[in-house]
Amino acid sequence: MLRLIALRIAMAVPVMLVVATIVFLLLRLSPGDPALIIAGESAGPEALARIRSQMGLDQPLVVQYFTWLAAIARGDLGFSILSKVPVLSLIFDRLEPTLVLALSAILITVVIAVPLGAVAAWRHNSWIDRAVMMLSVVGFSVPAFVIGYILILLLSVKADLFPVQGYVSPFEDPLAALRHLALPSLTLALVFMALISRVTRSSLLEVLGEDFVRTARAKGNVERRVLWRHALPNAAVPIITVIGLGIALLISGVVVTESVFNLPGVGRLTIDAILARDYPVVQGLMLFFALIYVGVNLLIDIAYVIVDPRIRY
Amino acid sequence: MTTCEPILRIENLSVALPEGLDRSHAVRNVSFDVHRRQILCVVGESGSGKSVTAAAVMRLLPEKVLRISGGTIRLEGEDIAVASPERLCQLRGSRMAMIFQEPLTALNPVMRVGDQIAEVLQIHRPGTSAEQRQARVRELMADVQLPEPERLARAYPHQLSGGQRQRVMIAMALALEPALIIADEPTTALDVTTQAQILRLFRELLTKHDSGVLMITHDFGVVADVADHVVVMRQGDIVEHGAPEKVLKAPEHPYTRALIEAVPRFRYRSRPDAADTPVIAVEALSLTYRNTSFFGARRETRALDAVSFTLAAGETLGVVGESGSGKTSLAKTLLRFETPDSGRILFKGQDIAGLAGAALRDMRRHIQMVFQDPYKSLNPRRRIGQSLIEGPVQHGLSRGDAIARAEDLMELVGLRRDALDRFPHEFSGGQRQRICIARALAMEPAIIVADEAVSALDVSVQAQVLRLFEDLQRRIGFAMIFVTHDLRVASNICDRIAVMQRGRIVELGPAQRVFQEPEASYTRELLAAVPGLASERMIAD
Repeated sequence: MLRLIALRIAMAVPVMLVVATIVFLLLRLSPGDPALIIAGESAGPEALARIRSQMGLDQPLVVQYFTWLAAIARGDLGFSILSKVPVLSLIFDRLEPTLVLALSAILITVVIAVPLGAVAAWRHNSWIDRAVMMLSVVGFSVPAFVIGYILILLLSVKADLFPVQGYVSPFEDPLAALRHLALPSLTLALVFMALISRVTRSSLLEVLGEDFVRTARAKGNVERRVLWRHALPNAAVPIITVIGLGIALLISGVVVTESVFNLPGVGRLTIDAILARDYPVVQGLMLFFALIYVGVNLLIDIAYVIVDPRIRY
Repeated sequence: MTTCEPILRIENLSVALPEGLDRSHAVRNVSFDVHRRQILCVVGESGSGKSVTAAAVMRLLPEKVLRISGGTIRLEGEDIAVASPERLCQLRGSRMAMIFQEPLTALNPVMRVGDQIAEVLQIHRPGTSAEQRQARVRELMADVQLPEPERLARAYPHQLSGGQRQRVMIAMALALEPALIIADEPTTALDVTTQAQILRLFRELLTKHDSGVLMITHDFGVVADVADHVVVMRQGDIVEHGAPEKVLKAPEHPYTRALIEAVPRFRYRSRPDAADTPVIAVEALSLTYRNTSFFGARRETRALDAVSFTLAAGETLGVVGESGSGKTSLAKTLLRFETPDSGRILFKGQDIAGLAGAALRDMRRHIQMVFQDPYKSLNPRRRIGQSLIEGPVQHGLSRGDAIARAEDLMELVGLRRDALDRFPHEFSGGQRQRICIARALAMEPAIIVADEAVSALDVSVQAQVLRLFEDLQRRIGFAMIFVTHDLRVASNICDRIAVMQRGRIVELGPAQRVFQEPEASYTRELLAAVPGLASERMIAD
């Protein structure tokens, strides 16, 4: 197991290198001049040239690339063009709301969607099954920002149950944090729930038709135990795969949700940085998201080995 | 045999099929008793209702589709046809237990086998401690003669052999010494030598645990070896029952007679000496499966070890052996689905062992394969006509000619010419195997490799397909390599036999000589394990 983890981490290095290269090229080749943004519209050509040479933008692309790569290797993501703050600390400052939001969304999803999907499979073709599948189609088709605004309108503005927007850290005031988190995490979780409940259902339906499920019944297991103890562990691999893929979905969801609920997280930071053409920040964020994704994949690989003894790398 | 109350008494049991099928009942008015320390065998072909009867006793039928529509099932006096779900959960595993056909799929793949056995105790004896359960599991595993119970209890099903898995299933069934054990084709998926061991084990355990056994089987050999009482079923009805000596030796019902008649026996065909020039000559063929794990650790399996033989035109060579002996690897290598490490395959003088690309594709038309499972070897979404003309058209025949040839072939294998636009699901298993044979013949091959081509079929269908093979061979004159685990089938159709063990040919000779005067000790072992030798003598007398 330790060897698996070590090897996977080693394999992540080339992946990150490719990501870094793409990130670099993408931003350098896209239109818009950061020097112009910093200097302002009225700046003269000398001022622009000075800023360019300060930022190294007058160097050839290859030189820029390697200078940048060397800096990243030292953990130096550069400074934000706008706020002059190091990019790394900028991301860390905004990390907490995003992590809290994402984790609570995943938690809600797994706790609700897996049982929902399981019950739908178990009561295949019943009204429960149809209701769950209906809900998942809705969850799937309605965009996150629409759901967010509808929830705000109904539960915050009309019913006055939850705050409209803002963020309170759960480390300072857990109760207020819960009220502030409820709507955003639900918004974020809904698409994800639709996906997971569907996969759980279809994966379980397949497993429920297998011989060992019949064996489990023949041993005198009650239905509940057949479902949880025998069928679900065997259906876990596809479910885990989709949870992993769903986290990628979550990253884009976080950006939208944080804007709708005005949360000061990494998602908001991303949008602000892109709009301001704050190159170093955008680069740092893209690398950061990629790193998270690689990390999630590692966790999933480890989870496979734990849930299915037949999988060995 | 016994005068006391039967463990299981089934009276007038009927199970209804959903409307709109060709018959209204899966099982109709079935009655029989199972007594303590007795094995009752229910025999029949597929569709006879034997497995439905077994599942009905456990109440494991999918009750939305198959409903018990009448009759009683009394287990130790209690009618379980009307028992509540809660009561059924109490009875299953403790008073009645079931053993299934395919022990690999019947065990939970992600749970250690020791835990799976312990689960029965956990469900029905919730008071016991984990240590007590562990101790009992070890005891049960020793009981069913599993080696190293301590270590095996921690293994997962995929790490065990087929026979070991079935022993785990039996240990699970015996855990609480149930009154009734239902075994649905418990040895069908196993090798003959393993089958013989498991059947012997059944006998021993029966006396030790004082249970009764309801065994479902299609194999009259098994019946002759273990049954105390036989019930013969056809299309949901019992057509005959009685003591095995009587049913096997003097069957009353014509269906029983036909069934017993169809069971292959050792019978050798005499053929004029085949031509001397071999169509294919295999020289010192070796194949090793290399499994490189993620970390570079290598596992090597020697699948073929210096295999040599020749095959004359028009001859049939039987390849027999247990699973894992290399039979299928040999078949795959001849078709060049696998590339051998070393050795030569001389097809009409040309070495095909190293062919690649277009040359390989061109060679393939000369060697065709018929697979074991006719349900899985035809594309379910293609009309059979498409399947039949695909190969010839690929190799340059015009579409019209290919269709004409396909129609002729359909007739040749005993199907209707105009059935080409139907889908595979519209045919029975035997008919599908005929289509697979037609598909192989459509390429006008010099050699047909048949891998367990009749093993999935009922005995009566098996006999027909074997006759078809012989007949076609006489008319068209292809050579055949016939891979099978069934020595009787091999004796019926093969001129010569190659006995394989662990990738090597341990004996090779004319069929009659190999089976009647075996030289290798392994051949003798195989022959001794063939079920129902006693019955064969009995019927022959």
